[in-house]
Amino acid sequence: MVKQISLFLENKKGRLAHACRVLGDAGINIRALSIADTSDFGVLRLIVNDPDKAFAVLTEKGFITNITSVLAIKVPDRPSGLAGVLESLDTAGINVEYMYAFIGSDSKDALVIIRVENHAGLIEVIEKMGIQVLHGEEVYTL
Amino acid sequence: MYWNKHYECMPRPQLTALQLERLQKTVERVYHNVPFYRHKFQEAGMEPGDIKSLADLQRLPFTTKTDLRDNYPFGMFASSMSEIVRVHASSGTTGKPVVVGYTRADLNTWSELMARTLTCGGTTKDSVVQVAFGYGLFTGGLGAHYGAEKIGASVIPISGGNTQRQLMLMNDFGTTVLACTPSYAIYLAETMEEMGGKRESCKLKYGVFGAEPWSEKMRDEIEKRLGISAIDIYGLTEVIGPGVASECQEKSGLHVFEDHFIPEVIHPETGEVLPYGEKGELVFTTISKEGIPVIRYRTRDISILYEEHCLCGRTHIRMHRVMGRTDDMLIIRGVNVFPSQVESILLDIGETQPHYLLIVKREGSLDELEIQVEVSQAMFSDKVRGLEDLGKRISHKIESTLGISAKVTLVEPHTIPRSEGKAKRVIDKRNI
Repeated sequence: MVKQISLFLENKKGRLAHACRVLGDAGINIRALSIADTSDFGVLRLIVNDPDKAFAVLTEKGFITNITSVLAIKVPDRPSGLAGVLESLDTAGINVEYMYAFIGSDSKDALVIIRVENHAGLIEVIEKMGIQVLHGEEVYTL
Repeated sequence: MYWNKHYECMPRPQLTALQLERLQKTVERVYHNVPFYRHKFQEAGMEPGDIKSLADLQRLPFTTKTDLRDNYPFGMFASSMSEIVRVHASSGTTGKPVVVGYTRADLNTWSELMARTLTCGGTTKDSVVQVAFGYGLFTGGLGAHYGAEKIGASVIPISGGNTQRQLMLMNDFGTTVLACTPSYAIYLAETMEEMGGKRESCKLKYGVFGAEPWSEKMRDEIEKRLGISAIDIYGLTEVIGPGVASECQEKSGLHVFEDHFIPEVIHPETGEVLPYGEKGELVFTTISKEGIPVIRYRTRDISILYEEHCLCGRTHIRMHRVMGRTDDMLIIRGVNVFPSQVESILLDIGETQPHYLLIVKREGSLDELEIQVEVSQAMFSDKVRGLEDLGKRISHKIESTLGISAKVTLVEPHTIPRSEGKAKRVIDKRNI
């Protein structure tokens, strides 16, 4: 299980930079991020090296933020790598809320952050496929 | 052009004598029929017999919108329900509307006053009048409707909205007089231009516009774009609806129909009656209504009364077009909106901070209401959908409660300015 930081951002000039600056000044390193945007606001999702500290500094600076548990999995970095995983989830009736991927620096696999309601179900399907589920610490220290 | 020259041009001495006689009757009526007034008058040490001159009116207490609301629904009626033939209502601050009732005689009075108003605006029995005010509990539609019928004009009771159809019928039916809100008139003009401009066959000549504040500049624009002569009309549900005052074709102030209403202008804080020519809050006393007379009703509208003679020949004094409000009520597309209504909706939903800001804009021609709401920690999750759903729920509740649509924007905490005293809840960007 990986702790993900979510952040509410108004679609206003400089808000994203400000959030990143707050993290940077606190010595927090961003591992992965994605932004879901609507016409009026965005939700920034972050994987960082120290999620608890990130939550504390962002809250202190007045950001609306929370911590959600997501799963990080290693997906083979080749054509159909991700498709195969998603098809299996589909078959098992597991609905993906959202996901985003990044390529780790020392790995042949792509790292995928995935958010579902049914964590246990996801882990079961993934492990059956021989795909590795990463622990929080492994992701934070990448 | 007059509808009723006898009354509209009545010499002042005769008019004030008529006012006194009618005032005395009204005070007598409410004292006996409405417990609210009886108690208030008794507290002030007044009895109906004490009204010996028009100046004695100033000794009677004011009536406010809160008084009407506290007596919801029919507590202020001075007629029994068997005498009431029509009910209208305007939106209130707590979701409960302010309710007014009309007797048969009241409807006749109202039709008469709207006939005068529409005549001021250029309507004759040969006119084709398109009533694009909303019909229903709102007084605009039916008020204009009955006035136009009384004149004997041909009435198109199309109500508001459906702009393409409005323009089609305007053209095909040969509408000569348009009655609606000024912002809707502009919208009609814009749509007309998009469709290729005013057609040769369009016979529109006059417009009577009201139910929301507007300006001289907007009049110029409406007149130019629609190629008509436009007048400002004034009224409020609590007093009778539209038909309280109307501009004549001189377009320099609205004649208050003084044979039915006594206007005063007061200092909004002290309640002191101000002399003619001074700006303050408009107060009306109805002197002919039966169903729900109001004594010294505080409108919260800011204006000035002028006693100078008008070139049109009418002797009734004139009020300046409404210059603002003494409270935070907004009039958006003809609908009264109080920030407190929005607040109670947000509190009902319970997931947002009680920090909000109403922003009213007039983009193009229609008033747009935006409600900014601060997002709270409790309602925030990593999912966009939850936030979007919340925005939609607020928007839906606003629409079903207030009757107007609003755009809800979720903003970050502490972005809405806080103030030490009275919170600033409204930014009105309309240039009117």
